Order: sequence, then structure tokens, then C-alpha cells
Amino acid sequence: MPKLTIDGKEIEVPAGTNLIEAAKTMGAEIPHFCYHPGLSVAGNCRMCLVEIEKAPKLQIACNTPVAEGMVVITTSEKVKKARAGVMEFLLLNHPIDCPICDCAGECYLQDYYMDHDLKASRLEEGKTKKQKAQPIGEHVMLDKERCVLCSRCVRFTDEVSKTFELGIFGRGSTEEIGLAPGKVLDNAYSGCVVDLCPVGALTDRDFRFKSRPWFLKETETVCTGCSMGCNVVLDTNTNPYNKVGEARAYRLFPRENKAVNGYWMCDEGRYSHKAIDQGRAQSAALEGRTVPLESALHRLAGIAAPLVKAAPARAAFLLSPQLTNEALFAFKRLAASLGVAQVEVGDDLKAVGKADGYLIQADKNPNSRGAQDLGLAPRAGVLGGSALLASAEAGNFDVLVVVGHVLQPQRLKALGAKVKALVGLQSHAHEGSEAYGVLLPMAVAAEQDGSFTNHQGRVQRNRKALEPLGESQPGYALAQALGHALGSPQAKDTPADLFLGWAKSLPQSAHLTLETLGTQGAASAASAVPA
Amino acid sequence: MEACPLYLTKNFKNPAALTFDGYVASGGYVALKKALSMQPQEIIDLVKAGNLRGRGGAGFPAGVKWGFLGKTEGPKYLCVNADEGEPGTVKDGPLMEFDPHQMIEGIAIACFALGIKWCYIYIRGEFYKAHRIVQKAVDEAYAKGVLGPKVMGSGFQLDVALHPGGGAYICGEETGLLSSLEGKKGFPKLKPPFPALKGLYGAPTIVNNVETLACVPHIINLGAEAWNALGTEKNGGTKMYNVCGHVMKPGYYETRHSITLRELIYDVCGGMKPGRTLKGVVPGGSSSPILLPSEIDVRMDFDSLGKAGTMLGSAAVIVMDDRTSIVRALDNLLHFYSHESCGQCTPCREGTHWLYLISQRIVNGEGKAGDVDRMLDICNNMVGNTICVLADAAALPTQSYIKKYRAEFDAYVLDGGRVGLLGNREEKAAAHA
Repeated sequence: MPKLTIDGKEIEVPAGTNLIEAAKTMGAEIPHFCYHPGLSVAGNCRMCLVEIEKAPKLQIACNTPVAEGMVVITTSEKVKKARAGVMEFLLLNHPIDCPICDCAGECYLQDYYMDHDLKASRLEEGKTKKQKAQPIGEHVMLDKERCVLCSRCVRFTDEVSKTFELGIFGRGSTEEIGLAPGKVLDNAYSGCVVDLCPVGALTDRDFRFKSRPWFLKETETVCTGCSMGCNVVLDTNTNPYNKVGEARAYRLFPRENKAVNGYWMCDEGRYSHKAIDQGRAQSAALEGRTVPLESALHRLAGIAAPLVKAAPARAAFLLSPQLTNEALFAFKRLAASLGVAQVEVGDDLKAVGKADGYLIQADKNPNSRGAQDLGLAPRAGVLGGSALLASAEAGNFDVLVVVGHVLQPQRLKALGAKVKALVGLQSHAHEGSEAYGVLLPMAVAAEQDGSFTNHQGRVQRNRKALEPLGESQPGYALAQALGHALGSPQAKDTPADLFLGWAKSLPQSAHLTLETLGTQGAASAASAVPA
Repeated sequence: MEACPLYLTKNFKNPAALTFDGYVASGGYVALKKALSMQPQEIIDLVKAGNLRGRGGAGFPAGVKWGFLGKTEGPKYLCVNADEGEPGTVKDGPLMEFDPHQMIEGIAIACFALGIKWCYIYIRGEFYKAHRIVQKAVDEAYAKGVLGPKVMGSGFQLDVALHPGGGAYICGEETGLLSSLEGKKGFPKLKPPFPALKGLYGAPTIVNNVETLACVPHIINLGAEAWNALGTEKNGGTKMYNVCGHVMKPGYYETRHSITLRELIYDVCGGMKPGRTLKGVVPGGSSSPILLPSEIDVRMDFDSLGKAGTMLGSAAVIVMDDRTSIVRALDNLLHFYSHESCGQCTPCREGTHWLYLISQRIVNGEGKAGDVDRMLDICNNMVGNTICVLADAAALPTQSYIKKYRAEFDAYVLDGGRVGLLGNREEKAAAHA
């Protein structure tokens, strides 16, 4: 590995690393607009100019690989002047409409202006006018005046989505980003260009004008939209005066994880945050009548507990691959303590979509692999989801606990007629749920800590960003409440306790702790995918 | 001054040379025949020894450039840069219009020396006539077996195709040319990697100017020593100079590399127009810094002009007399560069435009104190900070015009160009009555 010196500090980084990445390893930032580690090097913004000993001219850090003995200076007067010059050029025709720009607060131009320029504009001739607020796709709005022409979005559609919707048109000072003739920015990853845009030229039509970024709390978590488990940041509102409707979750955007999603995520996952606030089941219900959670659990104890006790073989848990490892583990433990053998995730009932060969997976559940690892997948001696429901419809079960599955109204009606205690644990209200004798409100993933195992076998942390809505409770907590009601009290384990319990229960995960998962997750030993 | 023997332009008054037979009759394709009997490395060494400097503008030794060509298996390309667009330049156009086979012969020798089987001639879109003539010559060369599967009966294969440019100055920059040829927008590419290692379609590529290739047959014929004797120490051969502006006989001339700018203006071009005196001269196309009348005793080769703080560039000499407004000349120049900046790099995209905006304000009589210094500062922020040298090509002349004629700029800002011979037509007429 080559050794080099950046601003007097000697570092050692792998050969082939460019100077921007090399500086990052020592905690220094070389300012840049066009460079992005997930895209090819364009080298056009000229912001990352640095001085390299023995080089006659300033060099762009993004296109300069490290070399043995290289001496890099990023703080000299020459570099400072070049940066200030580039900033002045970039801001020359920029509209400076920060007060009405969504990007204000997370804009490279603002940050770098404070760091490297801090001068008034010297332009006296009037700024170039370009088109503002042009919708270029379902999710993205383009403001050509704010654009710094870094070409990140164009390179994204060329290199990552490979859909070629965007291009640079015109030349010189009239140059602008635009749609290729006859195209609309409608690829499955279109939202990524908003994250990529270092300024406010590309904004998210969903997030636009909803909140200032400084009112948002960032939670590093994973997307639950499919079995990929893309690493994301969930932004939730912290400003009580900034409410848009009842929404608490404002946006999702990807965070880097080279082993999973690189730097990207799909639009389907990106806008899945809406489900956190919309159509939620917030309170318990008895045959459709809203009641306090306590009353519902009391009823459960009255009806279901004796039935389970009398005939555990006529009781069943239908779990879901939407649940965290912790919840699945808690339910599995509960079923065992009750002597209920029929416990399964209903693999054949789960939502399935279309895979695209890149990030989007066909399996729309975040934890199918986790359920499989726990031995909750379809197996000999246990009825699969559909078979279980058919059997219950035929009157073979007295107690059926359905966790996180949305069943057809007719089917629920038929089940309600035959099953003496039909119990539903649901995060979202849905048609026909009055058929559940007891319905308990369940928290969504964003409202609880836990872990998911993605389709590669990578265990990743899901973090709590919000308090559970209404009276809803996380799956693992409901398992504990259920245990209490059904006469088999469970330990009041926290998600962290449950994680360790879960990990120890599986040979391939025994080495995992929350610390080893960190922000990037870790492969369970049984998986073929390296950590 | 003794007359210079003509090589590059010897067929310019011989229309027969447009045909294959006519060109052969004038002594053509002898060099190719000779080259095919030589070792490729011998040819490269000969061109190196002949001190052939790249005549597109940069003056990089052609033989050295050839030596950099990647030694990989698989396709390699020669791209002929015929996108002549430097303001003031008239040399590649005539070389193709009057003696297309000379260039084709140079191409064939270069390709043989470099082991290249494919050559593109990227010809400026506006060169409609030259395109037609070169295409006809290429077709004839194929028919006569100079191009195609067996070049002059040897085992060497060469295909040549013409590609008309899309109409942008930047496509004459070697990597902008390659982008354009690849079907992309003519954005110059990042260097490194250099085209010789990773050029057209990612393959090793040599980009040579028309005049550079036209010189190659003569080096083969004359030998390095005789060729060198025509020029100066590190600048071999004769050179095409094109002179425009206020001289008696503007035009293109082939002379020795060792000629001085004064000789070129006063001896070759017949001096200034009657009653006029020299005010300034641009020695190498619009991108080169201007020279004062006191600075014209300089040899017209790449190194001497480099030492004089300017450059030979495309050897397009623009002569300005005492009635020229330097402020307006610069304004014209800045209009060109702001229009031709490709817009890729920030300093060039914004800088050229801003310089033109300020210059327009000055020219329109709305200049303010500080404008001229601001222009110099903008230039400082542009020079050397971009992917290609278009920013330098705009900024370096601007700096030189301002530094050498500062008083004129300051006066123009003060009086809005209304005084003296610089602006007002009536006053100008009165001054010369």
C-alpha cells in the first residue's frame, strides 16, 4: 500500500485510491461537486483542485490516484484561491433562492461558500435566466438555474439505472441538464438523482416544501420494502409546528453499504415510508369494536387461554416474514412454551413482485431469510399458510393467531365462523378485520428496534425512529403480552436481550452481537455472502 | 532573403495533383513505397530525428507522441485532426483542397510505422469542398491499391474513413474530437489517461494534425538531416504560415521555420498597408498572447515564441495596425470563446461568459473603474484549472491584451470609447482627414 503525505500527515491507503477518498480516511474533506464514489469520474466541477509537489499545475483530487511518496497540499494559498475562484464561478449565475429552495441546509453550495468563499458577488451584468420548476418525472423536479452542471444525475442514468433519460444540452453558459427527446425520468431508481444532486436543482416532488432538513431527525435503518434490505436513512419530523397532515415520517434515502445497495435504492422502497403513517391500526378491537388494549388482552385471557390449555394441538400461530428476528424469536419461544406446534410464517401467502436483477427483489418481505433460519419456514409436520387456513376453515382449529398477514375479507369471514378465537395482530387497518374476535394493533418496523436478515443472509439492524402510533406495540412486545394473556408469562425482554437470545439460538448467528452488526450489518456464518 | 523550396505547397498550383496519376507524376507515393521497405521503428526514429513538431498548435514532437502509442493487441486508431477552427488559421483546408494525396500518403506512412489499420479523418463540417475532394482522393487511393487490404502490394492493410465534424471549435481539441467521433457530445476527456493509451473507443489512438501528416512523406524523402536544415534547432522543416489583417499581401505561405515575424510581415507579406503602422500582432491564432511591434524580431518556431511569452499555435498571424481598437479586438475574441466553451468545466463555462459580459459593457461605453482589473482576476482563476486548454486560450490572450495595452483599456473605460479613433466614426474620419 502506497504511503503519502496529505497536509503534513502521513497516511497509507490501498493503491488506486483517489485523493478525495484518501483524505477521507484521515477525516479531511476535499470539497467536490461532480465526484461521487458510485459513479465514474467526470472531473468537471474543478472544486477539488489540490497542490501536488512537483506537479506544475493544480490537480483535481478526484482523478489523481495516490502514489508512493506523493506530497499533497490542500491548504496552500494557491489552492484556497482556486477554490474561491470556482465557488465564485459556480455562484455567478446561481439564483441564490435558498429561502424557497428545498435543498437549503443540505446544499454543497451553501456549505462550501461558508468554508471557501464568503465574498459578495462581483457580477454586475445580470444573471442568466433558465427554466425553474420543471417536472421531469413522477418523482423529480428540475430547476435549471440552480444546477451546477456536475453531471452526476446524467452519469447515474447512464451508468447505474442504464436508462439514459438525462443529458446535457447546449454549451457554454447556456448549457443545461434536460430530458433526452421523448423521454421521461421514470426509471425504477429515479429518486436517486435527487440524493445525488449536490444542490437544489433536482428536488423530490413528494418531499418538496414539506420540511426544512434541520427539523428532521435522521435514523440509520434498513428499507423493509423487499428482501434486499437496502441501507437507508429515515427522516422523521421533530418540529411540532411543521406538521403536514398526520405524517411523521418525511422521507427515506439510501446510505452507503457496498455489500448491499451500494449508494442507491429503488423508488418503490423510497416512498414506502408513507405506510408508516397512513392507514394504521391504532387501537385494539373486539369484532370491529374499538376497545382499550387492556380490555382486548383481558378478553383474550378469558376466551383463548382455556382453549390453548385444553388442546394446544388445536391452536396455531401464522407469523409473517415482515416481523423482525426478535419478534419471530419471541413468538417461536411463546409457541413452544404453550406447547403449540403449528407455528409458521405462511410463505405462500406473502407478497411477491418482480425482481429486476439489481436491487429490487421479488420477495416483498424483509425477513423471509430470517424466518427460514429460525426454522419457521414451511416444513414437514406443519401446515403451510394456505393449508393451515383451509384446515382452520374446515373447523380443525380453536385458536388461530394471525400476525401481520392481510387476508381476504371472505376468507376472514369464513375463519371467524369456524375458529373459536380468531386473533389478529395488525399494523394496518384493512377490510374484513372485524372478523377477528380480538384485534391487537402492531407497531411498524420504524417504531421498533430489531434486526432483519436479507436474502443474502446478511443480518442488519432496524432502528427505532418513532414511538408506536396510538396503542400499537412492537411484535415482540405483543408476543410478551399474548404470553401473559394466554397463561404463559414471558420474560420482559428488550429487543437487545431478544437479539442475543435469537443469535445464541442459531449456530450460524451465535457470533453476532449488536456491536458487530454496527451500521453495516454482518453476514451470518451460514451465508455465502462475505461480510 | 533566399527563397524557400516548397514541399507542403508545391502542388498548390498544379491541379493535376488532385488525381492519383497527377500526384504520382509530381513525385508522390515514392515516400510510401520507401517507407514500406523500412522497419516501422526506423520510420518513427526518422520522424523523431526530423524534429517534426505537432502542427495543430501544441508543437509536441510527433515522433515522441508516436512512441507513446500503447503496445496492446487489438484495435488502434489514427485520427486525423482536420477540424481546423482556430480563428485566423488557413492551412489544413488548403492542404486538403489542393493536395489531398499528400495527406493520404502521410497517413499511410504513419499507420504503417505505428501498426495501425484504421484511420479516421475528422474533418470540419464547414469544409464541404475539402471533404468532397478528400473523399474523392481516398476513393481513388482505394482503387489504385494505396489504401485497402494490400497497401501498394505489401501485406499491410489500411482503411480510411472521413467523418464530418458537428460544428464546434472544441471538437478540434484532441480528446473533444475523440468524444465527438464516438458519437458523444464533444466534451474533452480527462487526462490521464492520454489518447495514446486510451483514446477512441478506449483503444490506443494517435491524433495528428493534417499538416503534421503532410510533412511525413517529405521527411522520408529528404531524410532527417536535410529536413532539419530547413528549420531551427528543434523545429524541423518548412512551415505553413497564414497571415491576415492589415498587411499588403495576406495569405498562406510556406517558408522555413527559421523565419522571423518581422520578415514574415515585411518581406513575405509586403509590409503594412500604406500610411499605417503596426500596433500589435498575434503570432499563432487567436489563442496566443499578442506581441507588441517591439517584439517581432522573434523566430517563428515553437520554442522561440514560447520564450517570448506567446506561442506558435496554428501559425495564424493576425496583424493589427494603428487604427485597430485593441479593446474591440479583445471583445471579438471573447465573444468567440464564450460561444465555443463546451461548458463542461466550471471556470471556463462561467469565466468566458463573464469576461465577455464585462467586455461588452466596456465596449458599449458602460465600463466602470475596476472592470479591467476584474477581468485580469477572472483570467487568473481560469488559467490551468480546467480539463482542456480552452480556458487558457481565452484567458492568456486577454491577460496579454490588457497588460500590453492597459492605457487603451483604461481610456476606453473612462470615455466610453467616444474619444479618438477608437469608437466614434465621425471623430475617426476627422482624425484621418
